Amino acid sequence: MYDFSYHKPGSVADAVKMLGADGEAKALAGGMTFIPVLKQRLNKPSAVVDLSAAGLSGIKLEGDKLIIGAMTTHATVASSPEVKKAIPALAHLANNIGDRQVRSRGTIGGSLANNDPSACYPSAVLALGATIHTNQRKVAADDYFQGMFATALEPGEIITAVEFPMAERAAYAKFPNPASRYAMVGVFVAKTAKGVRVAVTGAGQNGVFRHAAMEAALSTSFTPDAIKSVTTPADMMNADIHGSAAYRAHLVGVMAARAVAAA
Amino acid sequence: MPQISLTVNGKPASAEVESRTLLVELLREKLHLTGTHVGCDTSQCGACVVEVDGKSVKSCTMLAVQAAGAHVTTIEGLASADGKLHPMQEMFREHHALQCGYCTPGMVMSAIDLVNSHPDGLSEEQIRHGLEGNICRCTGYHNIVKAIHAAWFVMHGKEMPIAAE
Repeated sequence: MYDFSYHKPGSVADAVKMLGADGEAKALAGGMTFIPVLKQRLNKPSAVVDLSAAGLSGIKLEGDKLIIGAMTTHATVASSPEVKKAIPALAHLANNIGDRQVRSRGTIGGSLANNDPSACYPSAVLALGATIHTNQRKVAADDYFQGMFATALEPGEIITAVEFPMAERAAYAKFPNPASRYAMVGVFVAKTAKGVRVAVTGAGQNGVFRHAAMEAALSTSFTPDAIKSVTTPADMMNADIHGSAAYRAHLVGVMAARAVAAA
Repeated sequence: MPQISLTVNGKPASAEVESRTLLVELLREKLHLTGTHVGCDTSQCGACVVEVDGKSVKSCTMLAVQAAGAHVTTIEGLASADGKLHPMQEMFREHHALQCGYCTPGMVMSAIDLVNSHPDGLSEEQIRHGLEGNICRCTGYHNIVKAIHAAWFVMHGKEMPIAAE
């Protein structure tokens, strides 16, 4: 790891100031991706701004909205009575990210800022039509994800919280890579006041995406049978040593059917 | 270089570290607590698991500066001063839950966190899910799961039902 200066500001305002003053500074959330990246010398920040003391942790239910602070860990989301009551599928998703130790440190804000194409959270945020709160604005999920590791975040902009609407029905089904526990394919299905949405992670060449054909089929009938004949084009799938594009395209259908059955 | 203070195995510790120093490097190289192992160094194998403020974490994927002010427990902090083993260590011994022993410190630390966070019971499925972050190349896990199951009863002061096998 290259050396850097370490800062732990006590507020979002101070963190924004530090990141704004130095273009080579990087924000640190749970560090479950960022620290391995630093160890491999894939990034060389001049300064690391640790957000753990900036007051961004916590979960609250406000009317028909569930608001999760950006620095809330996966373990906290997984065990939260509020999350289990409001959107149990989200607690289930959080409880299956990485492993127990990753869940102790990894955060929802960090996962979304990184937007790893195999991360679990982006599928929930996109399928539920959540809203990302930053220090500057509120961004709809549909506008937030912009391809592999790419998001609507501007340099120096910090995610502060994620706001989820309630779901009538929701479930997440993941086929994890047996070693890393990352999603080979993960499908989140949700039926909210705005309709049925299906988001797929782990499979697409451009990161998380909505599955329009499945959404149309499930809007007519929210059953596994309704999507039996819906196919997923293999030419937009990832291919690597863990699975071919055709294999992933097939898995999308399997995991989607499992998610619908569980919702 | 940053000077940090923390509590390790119940005792105050302080050290001068670089910002980039990992928690496991602080423990092993500055504090000479070499019971915490480095296996893969890529946050997959779990040999480096320690407890930080009551939660199990991979100390190869945390900066030492992030542990400033924290309470850290390592494998060295489990046995009593008179050498009496922690119930989890005792159950690992009784159930032959180790062979080469390399993964054992991390396994034991993960297992203690798992048992402590499940006061109402701990199924085999929950144990296996809870151990996904710890890799063992020798045992096939079966005896580790048995040891943790037995330790749950000891740590929660309950009588263990007698198995049929």
